[in-house]
Amino acid sequence: MAGALTVAPSTDGAPNLLPTEGLRRRLQIEKAIQGALFLCALVSVVVTAAIVISLVKPAAEFFAEIPVGEFFTSTTWAPLFKPAQFGVWPLITGTLLVMGIAVLVAVPAGLGAAFYLSEYARPRTRAVLKPVLEILAGIPTVVFGFFALYFVNPQIIQRFWPLGEVGAFSALAAGLVVGIMILPTMASLAEDAMAAVPGTLRDGALALGATRREVCTKVIFPAALSGIAAATVLAFSRAIGETTIVLLAAGSNPRFTLDPGQGVQTMSSFIGFAGIGDQPTGSTGYKTIFAVGALLFGITLVLNVISVRIVRRFREAYE
Amino acid sequence: MTVPAETSVVVAAAEGDALTSLDAQLAGGRRLRDGAFRVALILSVVLALVTLFTLLIDTFLQGRPRLNSDLLTNMPSARPARAGIQSAIFGSLWCVGLAASVSLPLGVGTAVYLEEFAPKGRWYIRLIELNIQNLAGVPSVVFGIVGLAFIARGPLGWGFTVGSGAMILTFLVLPIVVISSREAIRAVPPSYRDGSLALGATRWQTVWHQVLPSSVPGIATGSILSVSRALGESAPLLLLGALAFVTFNPDGLDSGYTVLPLLIFKYASDAKSEFHVLAAAAIIVLLVMLLALNTAAILIRNRFQKRR
Repeated sequence: MAGALTVAPSTDGAPNLLPTEGLRRRLQIEKAIQGALFLCALVSVVVTAAIVISLVKPAAEFFAEIPVGEFFTSTTWAPLFKPAQFGVWPLITGTLLVMGIAVLVAVPAGLGAAFYLSEYARPRTRAVLKPVLEILAGIPTVVFGFFALYFVNPQIIQRFWPLGEVGAFSALAAGLVVGIMILPTMASLAEDAMAAVPGTLRDGALALGATRREVCTKVIFPAALSGIAAATVLAFSRAIGETTIVLLAAGSNPRFTLDPGQGVQTMSSFIGFAGIGDQPTGSTGYKTIFAVGALLFGITLVLNVISVRIVRRFREAYE
Repeated sequence: MTVPAETSVVVAAAEGDALTSLDAQLAGGRRLRDGAFRVALILSVVLALVTLFTLLIDTFLQGRPRLNSDLLTNMPSARPARAGIQSAIFGSLWCVGLAASVSLPLGVGTAVYLEEFAPKGRWYIRLIELNIQNLAGVPSVVFGIVGLAFIARGPLGWGFTVGSGAMILTFLVLPIVVISSREAIRAVPPSYRDGSLALGATRWQTVWHQVLPSSVPGIATGSILSVSRALGESAPLLLLGALAFVTFNPDGLDSGYTVLPLLIFKYASDAKSEFHVLAAAAIIVLLVMLLALNTAAILIRNRFQKRR
């Protein structure tokens, strides 16, 4: 820009085309601002780098102390006790259990709500339902945790669960409420994908005599599949990462079980639990937080990358 | 849509044809499935609504006995009859206020750079964009680990203080601010920019005088959304010592602290059931604060939309 403006050096009476002092300063300010904005953009990269660095080193030290074989074959997880035991399987089954229940609630119900809002609801109904779902999405997780622990578990699970006694903590209460927490996000992402399907496809199918259900399942669903799949993957990722609800409602006792009526510990709720107990820096307990954290970060990163890829690769382009 | 099916029913009745009566049966099955599908969809919405209202009503009923001014003015205490939430309210205001005042300029700056200045298609720009997308999906508890390793201990060594809590909340909400601000900036019509540039304004003048003012409603909405997220966040602060027993209000960045969500967590997981009542009352306070924020967001949006 500055180069283009220094056209002709003015001599005697000719018009002065040199940038004035004011303009030159203007352009310097312009450059400085652009540089500052670039630095802002770099901050997020620095944060990611900090995440990776902070996880990798202690996690590597952890696996130097604890053989990988024990980590993945033993079925007892008691890293903060003496003698410490480091079989990660109870955390994995706990995570699978809570995640499975949550996804079973969030994905079908979220999809159902999305179909209803996008294809069935009248504009006025929609105008009421959308903000209500947004309110649900804005409820803090600690509030959901309280609700799971003091309402869902005693009032619903303990009364109506047919398979055995349920204690004060259960994977079922935690999973159900995590599912409800994810539901609005799932619904809103799926609805966005459905809204992107052109109206002509809808009208064409209706004109051929399809019912609204058939439009939903045979036209909208396949056309919006990429967005729906991405939303589903994101639902998995959020279910795995949820900490506070699980810590409150499923307790902090790592059990090697797939019985949803029992209390369990997940990878994320272990991190929260161990973090409360202020582990001394450098102790094996402290490093365990990072080993499990690295595992959690790795899994969610893979899921997020898959979600982004799905959207990019399988997006139906109609225009 | 069901008209052809009904016509075929009439035809079947008139002719008694076996084939068309089969057709009618099929149409009946189809209608049944349509109805069942509709009911399933409505149930999904009802599930969300019923849960929300049950949660609100149950919490209100549980917390009502302790919902008074003592709750707000008393400090946390081991004796439930005297315990309140004052230090947690101030801790939350400190942490969230600081996090907002750092993450908003930083996030909007990033969004402006990516939308208005960044050379499109360069590898480092793609890296930054991909990075922000992924950062938004990192579980919040992982941010707590980073805070523990880098800020509370390790290189910064800031300890369990307001400063380190605020810093981790800043990083946590940064991707949300960036993503929502980018959307708001992208929604500004290109003609605004073209007009401004054609009149001789520089790019920054265009951004400052045209693009940012027109995207204020979108940016404000996204920012308030991220502030609400910071206000309700609990998992990362578990690792940053916010669960401590704090009976004083923070007086600076190096002060010890607790925040409202974590005091709720503490009261909720206490063995004494009187504390659960207190937790429910504190939840109502937290929800009212969130409601106030969201109302502010709606008001800002409406006011700016009217002006245009």
